[in-house]
Amino acid sequence: MLLTLLAATTVAVVRVRSLFAVAILSGIYSFLMASVLLVLDAVDVAMTEASVGAGIAMVLMLGTLHLTKTEEARPTHSPLLPLAVAATTAGVLIWGVTGLPPFGAAATPVHLAGPDYLARSLAETGIPNVVTSVLASYRGFDTLGEITVIFTAGIAVLLLLKRSPRRPGQDG
Amino acid sequence: MRLDVILRVVTKMILPAMLLFAVYVQFHADYGPGGGFQAGVIAAAGFILYALIYGLGALMRLVPVALVEALVPMGVLIFAGVGIAGILAGGDFLDYSHLLHDPVHAQEWGIFLVEVGVFVTVASTMLAIFYAFAARGRR
Repeated sequence: MLLTLLAATTVAVVRVRSLFAVAILSGIYSFLMASVLLVLDAVDVAMTEASVGAGIAMVLMLGTLHLTKTEEARPTHSPLLPLAVAATTAGVLIWGVTGLPPFGAAATPVHLAGPDYLARSLAETGIPNVVTSVLASYRGFDTLGEITVIFTAGIAVLLLLKRSPRRPGQDG
Repeated sequence: MRLDVILRVVTKMILPAMLLFAVYVQFHADYGPGGGFQAGVIAAAGFILYALIYGLGALMRLVPVALVEALVPMGVLIFAGVGIAGILAGGDFLDYSHLLHDPVHAQEWGIFLVEVGVFVTVASTMLAIFYAFAARGRR
């Protein structure tokens, strides 16, 4: 049911030409994705998806729309080349999915390393939520990398958008 | 929109709840879902809502642009600083166990401080990007 709604939203995003509607639809997509993650018992990820994907990303998209036109421009090139690239990428991805272990298989790394963390976390860090202890302590270096990425992205956006003095008489 | 009484009053009612929820998500992450990422985004969303309803100027008086931009690298520095404090205390980089005498207690403190760093960078980056977009459109 959720996956059907996801597919329907994706089709709507592709079909609709009003960018305002596309921004709202992508918010809906994020909320559906958060529900899917909730069904998979990934509460932390679902929360992130709901707040970042549906909340902030939508505000930023609407902010961008404020700066640009709200109607999608007509394509100026033939759609054949992008279509070929998209179809090839989709084919490669589907081919890659066939190489994954079956859903819930016991012999995957996540199930081999997981119980170790579950057993050690409370005794070593005193924190009952294993997601937090893995994120901030056992895999702290990864998380440092993540916030460095956010920092870098933020700085890049500021460099591009913030101090771009417009010459007088130029209206964009 | 700024003259809409219903939006202004409702915003006034739900803003404290939003910010309180951000704090809850931040500090309750040891026991339930949440953490610096989610709490930072929720707090930033609260501030952005304030700007949408009461105007960008009101938010800029409340949270100056210079403060937000100073906080963006501050969170990364807090995180890396905790890591370096781990080295100085005799462990490896980002090993919190040596920060205090009791390793378990030290881990709790290390995770707490690291999550604060995540919160600071995420919230201020979101706000800084919002400022960059909004200020550009206003000109």
